[in-house]
Amino acid sequence: MAEIVIRNLCKQFGAFTAVRSSSFKIEDGEFFMLLGPSGCGKTTTLRMIAGLELPTSGEIWIDGEEVGQKPASERDIAFVFQMFALYPHMNVRRNISYPLVSQGMPRSQVRARVGEIARILGIEGILDRPVGGLSGGDRQRVALGRAIVRNPKAFMMDEPLGALDAEFREHMSQELRALHDRMGATTVYVTHDQLEAMQMGDKIVVMNHGVVEQFGTPRDIYDKPATMFVADFIGSPAMNFLHFHGAVRPGADRVSVHHQALPIPAAREAFEGDIVYGVRPEFIRLSDSAGYRGRVRAAEYLGTTQIVTIETPNGEAKARIPSDQPARPGDMVGLAFEGATVTLFDAQSGRALRSELNEGVLAHG
Amino acid sequence: MSGYSITEPTPRQKWIAGTLVVLYALITILPLLWIIATGFKSPADAIAYPPKVVFDPTLEGYVNLFTTRSRATPEALEAMGPPETWYDGIVRQYGMVISGPSRYGERFLNSVVIGFGSTFLSVFLGTLAAYAFSRFKVPLKDDLLFFILSTRMMPPIAVAIPIFLMFRTLGLSDTHLGMILLYTAVNISLAVWLLKGFIDEIPREYEEAALIDGYTRFQAFYKVVLPQAATGIASTAIFCLIFAWNEYAFAVLLTSGQAQTAPPFIPTIIGVGKDWPAVAAGATLFLLPVMVFTILLRKHLLRGITFGAVRK
Repeated sequence: MAEIVIRNLCKQFGAFTAVRSSSFKIEDGEFFMLLGPSGCGKTTTLRMIAGLELPTSGEIWIDGEEVGQKPASERDIAFVFQMFALYPHMNVRRNISYPLVSQGMPRSQVRARVGEIARILGIEGILDRPVGGLSGGDRQRVALGRAIVRNPKAFMMDEPLGALDAEFREHMSQELRALHDRMGATTVYVTHDQLEAMQMGDKIVVMNHGVVEQFGTPRDIYDKPATMFVADFIGSPAMNFLHFHGAVRPGADRVSVHHQALPIPAAREAFEGDIVYGVRPEFIRLSDSAGYRGRVRAAEYLGTTQIVTIETPNGEAKARIPSDQPARPGDMVGLAFEGATVTLFDAQSGRALRSELNEGVLAHG
Repeated sequence: MSGYSITEPTPRQKWIAGTLVVLYALITILPLLWIIATGFKSPADAIAYPPKVVFDPTLEGYVNLFTTRSRATPEALEAMGPPETWYDGIVRQYGMVISGPSRYGERFLNSVVIGFGSTFLSVFLGTLAAYAFSRFKVPLKDDLLFFILSTRMMPPIAVAIPIFLMFRTLGLSDTHLGMILLYTAVNISLAVWLLKGFIDEIPREYEEAALIDGYTRFQAFYKVVLPQAATGIASTAIFCLIFAWNEYAFAVLLTSGQAQTAPPFIPTIIGVGKDWPAVAAGATLFLLPVMVFTILLRKHLLRGITFGAVRK
């Protein structure tokens, strides 16, 4: 098992830059998520760590060794592909034993090891079946078996649940997480599904356009987004952005938005210009006494809660409120904000302004 | 009352389709059957008019195919005593004696060596080239592929004269090596293009999985890619073999004594007394290897011909 350190990693394909100057650190035994929209460079980053692509520049350290230019076969890592990539001309047993055969392990030992892995994954019954007729879940388990059989330093997983249907994905993600907790292996997991990343990851890197936008625990990334992109990408519905022009002084705990003083966590930097007031839907309450008002446009009923879309003077906002609270389209309502959870952004650059809430996160981010 | 699906043919449609297929098969197979039958006719039956469908089968054609014979006087035949073998007997009915083996066996063997040799070389080089074109960044890849294809844009025989001169200068005329190289050169563009299509269809993840599992690029190629490409390789091999096996024009032009293949040899049999049964026997035997090869690989061939027609 190993710690993985990425330093200033860059990858260019011709004139196209897939990854630009990424740096982050994956602790030993961590379940680490690379999250971002498609084309953001997360898969390229994973493939560089695995050795399937060579970086244009930068360093990759696995277990204290710089492996950036080494071939995949010498890195001692395992890779689970989205389409599983089980060798179609071999049966399950041979698929799982293939990495051991390449090491020249004696036949009897291979057999014992494959049996042990099959027991862990619950696939003893299908060992002698061809891989062609297996269900998606069993293919996934065989692919995992082939990955863990060798006790590699780390696991790379490229959207391993992407090919499964939604119902089964839930089940498999729990199985994966349980397997990880049991083996304690460093795992790097690529996904575009923010829910999956939040559910399973110890840490998340959010990437966009080849750049690391933020790196931290799921809670930090959700509560203290470093950029507007992260705030928008994580959470469903996404964080609300109320655009206004104004100024904020260090120590202030209010900002003036549309003639109303809205609460913020104590500011730690001065800023003047176009600002975005970012607040998550669950931290907006409808309150008749509130001065900041808007008109209800729609309400989506979700069982215990409802999502109410409100037209405000500074743009559209969605609030998640209890479903027993009345909110009819056309109503004028007052909006109250949970000030301690708010993040202000520089509208131009998308960068979060430092405050009491996020200064700890932004300092090392 | 039973209903039929609109996508499934009705029994009547199936019956019509079946009849058409059988008719078509009969029409195409008839000349082949005629040749096989002629091989077992006597020379007189072979040219009888109206043509004989029912006849006394004889192996005369095959005996004549494999032997050279000379005429002997009745006295000489008398002096020799009774024929020692069945084929001696057949020959003596016509007042002839066997004076030695013909060159058919030799020519046939040349065809085998040259046909299979060039097929192996085309497929071997074609697979490696197709893999490289499919997987690696090759400078000027598209231009190179077009250049390779362009070698098929004229009939190969159009360059017969330069090739003839080149072969003479290089000492490749009438050699097995020369013919193998020539047929390989003609077939390789087909092989590269066909195989590239097949290899493109094999997901890269298989090799990448093998690389991660600790195998080298070459090991990944022959342990993972080759078994996956077996179908493509088999159908490509059939196409290459059929061309090299049947090729006539270059064989006439470039071979004579040493490396002559069967196609230019078979017609020369006619010269010896209008011996149609022997010609037919030679053609029949000549068909066999390609037939066997095709039957052995027919499952792959079917997949190869319909390849790309249906997406999985």
